[in-house]
Amino acid sequence: MRFPNRLTLAAALLATGAAAAPALAQTEIQWWHAMGGALGERVADIAAGFNATQSDYKVVPTNKGNYTENMTAGIAAFRSGKPPHILQVFEVGTATMMSAKGAVKPVYQLMAESGEAFDPKAYLSTVAGYYMDPDGNMLSMPFNSSTPVLYYNKDAFQKAGLDPDQPPKTWAEVAEAVKKTQAAGYPCGFTTAWQSWIQLENFSAWHNLPIGTKANGFGGLDTEFMINSQAHVKHIQQLADWQKDKTFVYGGRRNNGVALFNSGECVMLTESSAGYASVKKSAQFDFGTGMLPYWPDVGSPPQNTIIGGATLWVFDGHPADDYKGVAKFFTYLSSPEVQAEWHQGTGYLPITLGAYELSKQQGFYEKNPGTETALKQMTLNPPTENSRGLRFGNFVQIRDIINEELEAVWGGSKSAQQALDSTVERGNKLLRKFERASK
Amino acid sequence: MEKRVVFNHRVLPYLLLAPQIVITLVFFIWPAVQALKQSVLLEDAFGLSSEFVWLDNFADLFGDPFYMASLWTTAVFSVSVALLALSAALYLAVQADRVVRGAMAYKTLLIWPYAVAPAVAGVLWLLLFSPALGLLPHLLRDVGYEWNHNVKGGQAMVLVVIAASWKQISYNFLFFLAGLQAIPRSLIEAAAIDGAGPARRFWTIVFPLLTPTTFFLLVINVVYAFFDTFGIIHSVTQGGPAGATNILVYKVFSDGFIGLDLGGSAAQSVVLMGIVIALTVVQFRYVERRVHY
Repeated sequence: MRFPNRLTLAAALLATGAAAAPALAQTEIQWWHAMGGALGERVADIAAGFNATQSDYKVVPTNKGNYTENMTAGIAAFRSGKPPHILQVFEVGTATMMSAKGAVKPVYQLMAESGEAFDPKAYLSTVAGYYMDPDGNMLSMPFNSSTPVLYYNKDAFQKAGLDPDQPPKTWAEVAEAVKKTQAAGYPCGFTTAWQSWIQLENFSAWHNLPIGTKANGFGGLDTEFMINSQAHVKHIQQLADWQKDKTFVYGGRRNNGVALFNSGECVMLTESSAGYASVKKSAQFDFGTGMLPYWPDVGSPPQNTIIGGATLWVFDGHPADDYKGVAKFFTYLSSPEVQAEWHQGTGYLPITLGAYELSKQQGFYEKNPGTETALKQMTLNPPTENSRGLRFGNFVQIRDIINEELEAVWGGSKSAQQALDSTVERGNKLLRKFERASK
Repeated sequence: MEKRVVFNHRVLPYLLLAPQIVITLVFFIWPAVQALKQSVLLEDAFGLSSEFVWLDNFADLFGDPFYMASLWTTAVFSVSVALLALSAALYLAVQADRVVRGAMAYKTLLIWPYAVAPAVAGVLWLLLFSPALGLLPHLLRDVGYEWNHNVKGGQAMVLVVIAASWKQISYNFLFFLAGLQAIPRSLIEAAAIDGAGPARRFWTIVFPLLTPTTFFLLVINVVYAFFDTFGIIHSVTQGGPAGATNILVYKVFSDGFIGLDLGGSAAQSVVLMGIVIALTVVQFRYVERRVHY
C-alpha cells in the first residue's frame, strides 16, 4: 500500500514543478546596490513597482554593503565571470568604470539597441554631464545624486539676534554670525562633513576654479591636480585658523561631523543635501538650509555646485534579451512619478526635469522648506568646464590622501600650502599610475 | 616479546598528513604565491589589462615617505598592543588565580571580550571616546583635558591600542591562567616557608615557569597586532588623523579593497609577510633561548 502513495507524491511533486515552470520563464535582472536601511527599502519598492508593471522580467535588488564594498563585489564578480546586470557605483568610481572597456555596456548604447526612447536632455545637466563621455553620450544611468548645502540652527540664530530666515551667504558672514552665536552660548561655530568633496571639490566648482587640468579630467587621463592654487590655500588656511576660537571644528572623516550639529553643539554644518532626512530626524531644534558660503574676493559670483552619489552601470556579457529588460527598467526608473517619489522620500535630487516639475506641482517644496536649496544651487548657472564634475582615476585612494593631508592641517603639523602641495604631488603620482594601468 | 608498536606502512603517514598539507597549500601557500605574482604586475581593477613591471610596485613603496612612516606607526602600535595585552592579562590572571570565592564568575567575565568581533570592539571604544557624543571626553573636559582623536594623532593611537589590546586580553588571560594552574603548589609553598614574599615568589618562581606560555603568547600577539587589527582601525580612525594610525595591514586593505590598486596592495602584503617571517625567526632564535621548558 505504500508504493502507490509514493507514486502520488512523485506525481504531486512533478505537478508543482510544472506549475512553477512559467515563473522560471521570467528573466531575472540582478541589481546590486549599496543602499542600506530605509533607503534599501525604497530600492526594493522601486524594483517591486517595476515587476508589477510587466511579467517578462523580474528585477532582483541585492544589497552588497556600502559603496566601496558594492563596487569591489561587482568587480570581483566580473573577474570570476558572473557579474550582475546592474551595479550601483558611486561618482568617484566613474573613471574606473569608464576605463573598463569591454566590461561595461554604456547606457546610451543599451537604450539604442533595445529601442527604448531615451533623451539625455530630460536629465538635469549637472547630473547627466558628470556621466557623459566627451561626445556627450551617457555612460551610466543617474540614480541617486546629491550636492552639499549649508545647514544652520534657526533657534540659535534667533537667540543670537540674527535673522533666522537669512543664512549667511559668504564665509565672512559665517564668521560674523558665529561671533554672535558664540556670545549667545553656542561654543562651536560650524563643522563639515565630507571634507574633500565639500571644502575642495565643491569649493572649486562653486568658485569656478579648476580642480585639475584637462577640464577636471574629462578631457583625458593625462590630467593633473590644481587644488593648491592661492584661493584653495587661503580657504583651507582660514578654516585651520578658525579652529583656534572654535569658529570651525573638525568632526572627523566621512559625515561624522553631522553629530556635532545634530547635538546642537555646532550652529552650522556643510553636508550633503541627502543628509536632510537624518538631520530632521535627530535635531531637536528648528533648522534651515542655505547655499554653500563663498568668498566674494576670489573674483567670480557663485557658479554651481557638483554632485555626489551614484549611478547604475550595466555589465556586458549577458544574453541580449536580458538587456531589453534592463532598458525597460531604466525607462521605468526615470519616469517622473518614480523619480519624484524617490526624491521626496530620500532627499536625493530629482534627476530629471520632469520629476522636478512634478514635485513643484505637488507643492512638495512649500510643504518642506529647505529641500529646494540644493536644486537651486545646482542649477544656478549652466555648468562650465570647472563645474561640470570631475573624473580622476584612483580617486578613492586620492580622497584618502586628501583626508590625510587636511588632517595634518587641522592638527597643526602642516600649513595649508604645504599640505595642498603635497596632496597635488601624491595625487598626481596615482593619476599617472592609473593612466599607465588603463592603457 | 616485542611490546613497541611498529608501523611499517609507507603510505599511511602521508595519508594522515595529507589533510593538513592540503589546507596549508590551499589557504596559505597558494594565496602567498598569488600575492607574490600580483606584486610584480600593474593591473586595472577589472583585470582587463596587465603589465609586468618588475619591482616598480616595491620601488614606489619604499620611495614613499608616507609608507616609511607607516612602518614606524606599525612598530609603535604592535609593541604597545603586545605589551599592554600581555601585562594586563598576566596581572588579571594572577589575581584570578588567587580568588577563592566567585572565581568562575570573574573568569567568565574576563573571557567575554574575546567573542566580540574586532569591528564591534572598535565601535564600542569609539562611542566611549567620541568627541561629540562620548562619555569619557566629557569627563576629561571637566578636568581640563581636551580629547579629540579626530585631530590629535597621539590620542588616536592610544585609542586604537586600547581597543585592540582589550580584545586580546581575554585570550592571553586564558593561557596565563592555565599556565599558572600548572605550576606545582609545592614549589611556591616551599619558597613561602623559606621566607620569600609574594613579589619575590612571583619573579623567581612563577614568572620563569610561565615563560613557555609567555613566549607563545608573544608570538601570537605580535601576529595579531600585525594582521588582525584592521577591523578596529577601519571602524575607529580609518588610519587617520593624518596617517597617525595607518598601520601596514590597514594600508593593504584600503589600497587593495577600497582603492582597487591590486599591484600596490600585493607588494605591501609581500613586505608585511617578510616582516612577520623575520620577526618570528628572531623570536624563535633569540627570545626562545631564555625560555625554560
